[in-house]
Amino acid sequence: MSTPGIGADQREGTKKSGSPTFRKISDGATNVAIREPGRFFALVLDTFRAMFQRPFQWREFIQQSWFIVSVTVIPTMLVAIPFGGILSLQVGGLIRQLGAQSYTGATAVVAIVREASPLVTSLLVAGAAGSAMCADIGSRKIREEIDAMEVLGINPLHRLVVPRMLACAFVALFLNGLVSVVGLLGGYIFNVVLQDGTPGAYLASFNAMAQLPDLLQAEFKAFVFGITAGLVAAYKGLNAKGGPKGVGDAVNQTVVITFMLLFLENFVISALYFQFVPSKGM
Amino acid sequence: MGVEIRVEGLTKSFGRQMIWQDVSLSLPAGEISVLLGPSGTGKSVFLKTLVGLLKPDRGHIWIGDRDLPYLPEHQLYETRKLFGVLFQDGALFGSMNLFDNIAFPLREHTKKSESEVKRIVMEKMDLVGLIGAEHKLPGEISGGMKKRAGLARALVLDPEILLIDEPDSGLDPVRTAFLNQVFIDLNAQINATFLIVTHDINTARTIPDNIGLLYRRELAMFGPREMLLTSEEPVVRQFLNASRIGPIGMSEEKDISELEAEANMGLDAGKLPPVPPQPMPTDGRVRPGQHPPGAWCAAHGVTPPPGSFIDELGRNWVEEWPRYVATMSAGAPAGGPGHDGPDGQGRGRHAAQPGGAGY
Repeated sequence: MSTPGIGADQREGTKKSGSPTFRKISDGATNVAIREPGRFFALVLDTFRAMFQRPFQWREFIQQSWFIVSVTVIPTMLVAIPFGGILSLQVGGLIRQLGAQSYTGATAVVAIVREASPLVTSLLVAGAAGSAMCADIGSRKIREEIDAMEVLGINPLHRLVVPRMLACAFVALFLNGLVSVVGLLGGYIFNVVLQDGTPGAYLASFNAMAQLPDLLQAEFKAFVFGITAGLVAAYKGLNAKGGPKGVGDAVNQTVVITFMLLFLENFVISALYFQFVPSKGM
Repeated sequence: MGVEIRVEGLTKSFGRQMIWQDVSLSLPAGEISVLLGPSGTGKSVFLKTLVGLLKPDRGHIWIGDRDLPYLPEHQLYETRKLFGVLFQDGALFGSMNLFDNIAFPLREHTKKSESEVKRIVMEKMDLVGLIGAEHKLPGEISGGMKKRAGLARALVLDPEILLIDEPDSGLDPVRTAFLNQVFIDLNAQINATFLIVTHDINTARTIPDNIGLLYRRELAMFGPREMLLTSEEPVVRQFLNASRIGPIGMSEEKDISELEAEANMGLDAGKLPPVPPQPMPTDGRVRPGQHPPGAWCAAHGVTPPPGSFIDELGRNWVEEWPRYVATMSAGAPAGGPGHDGPDGQGRGRHAAQPGGAGY
């Protein structure tokens, strides 16, 4: 099999004893716990290997990047503005009661730059880009386009998956930056205009708390999220079967699995980040 | 020049569902073979396994000295360049127009100039009658056109093996007859090894040199066309005569009581119908893979049913064949059985010149 993951459920028939119900449950458990992750991992390895094949599909990469930008930019901004605002409202209220209103800017660093922007990016990358990518690859799969491509001697991982995965990661980097900027602007405006905070205090506390590694770790997260979303979408799309409903199911699973993986990755990277980079004191 | 495909002990299952087991056959180089079988017997799976899209559980597929299922990835992709595959609904790339679809393999695998690519693509589009539809997207054309475009794409790299999955599904009988004639003409021109998977009994009876029948997870029979068309084997006979009488039932196979009831009522599949002659290439070539009509029957002492090998003009092709070969080898124009009926009109312009570079 040249592309693991494609036509994945082809296993040799094994004879087992036991009741059909038990067999079904044990089959399902094995599938979820071992086979699916195993196939996904195989696809990941093959995709990384295909990444170094030449020629790189620049055209596809640029088209896909543009496509992802077009489906994510507006929703990202629309999510980021209220996110920054709501943070200022919630935390601002609390901080004012403690008499530390001048530290609202600091909360923005912690909340928006370090956490919210990678998370918003992940939501959009998984929900908008991943689902669209899975639907695209899945519908190609059920129309036998992927098979046709393989038969024509072209590796679909190299041709379709690598440029999509890299485009996803590339755009995620910029989306993360966009969310940071828009979120901070939203927070600033809410704090200064609606909560009568002072611009100087906001910026001063922001500067006191912010450090470059905060942004770098957020960008790193976004990059990893993009790669993950691209790979999950490709895996699910390449394994879509059973007609249009199969594609729908694959898209649905892509979104759910990507969300779970991205939140897990976010947690792991944040935990590691705090181990390696000490927080800046005030 | 086509290559031989030797399949040995091929077995395939999905989970606990056995699709077929121990399939062994040899597709002779340059000949047209048809694979038949009731719905759901895994004909398409067999086709996909042959080209390495599905991996068999056991068995070998020898293409020359290469065992396809066990080739490393880069060799598999190399070997696949020998294949042209026509999928059921064409499997065209939805984002490209027909021209780009057909040009795709050329642009990917050759360093031909764009004018050269255009020349080859237009030649193939002409062959399948798609001139004028170059800029249409696959979503804008009918199923039959998609199929023809898929065929043109399968042909651009001059394949040595052509695998065709249900060329007749969704096509009207006239277009099916045209397409069948295109297969005969192509086989004469490029001499590739053909495997056609089909349900269409008319196609199966007239077009191939060899017929195989998959039934009950096994290859029931594979051999020269005349062998199967004169076979008394109940399954083969029932299927090739599209009869309700015989072991094949609606869901899969009939149970013993149903078969006994049929036997008690004195029902049988009836007399064998005559073996029809194969159509000849329209450009007057003699296909190297074609078996002389009646040769298998004569060699095995089988008397073909009365009326066999006689075409619509009343010519008996057992007698006509030596004359036809002699005339055609001398380069004179003639009319084979394929010239009658709907196939005769206008196809001559598609044909490459005998002896020319053509394909």
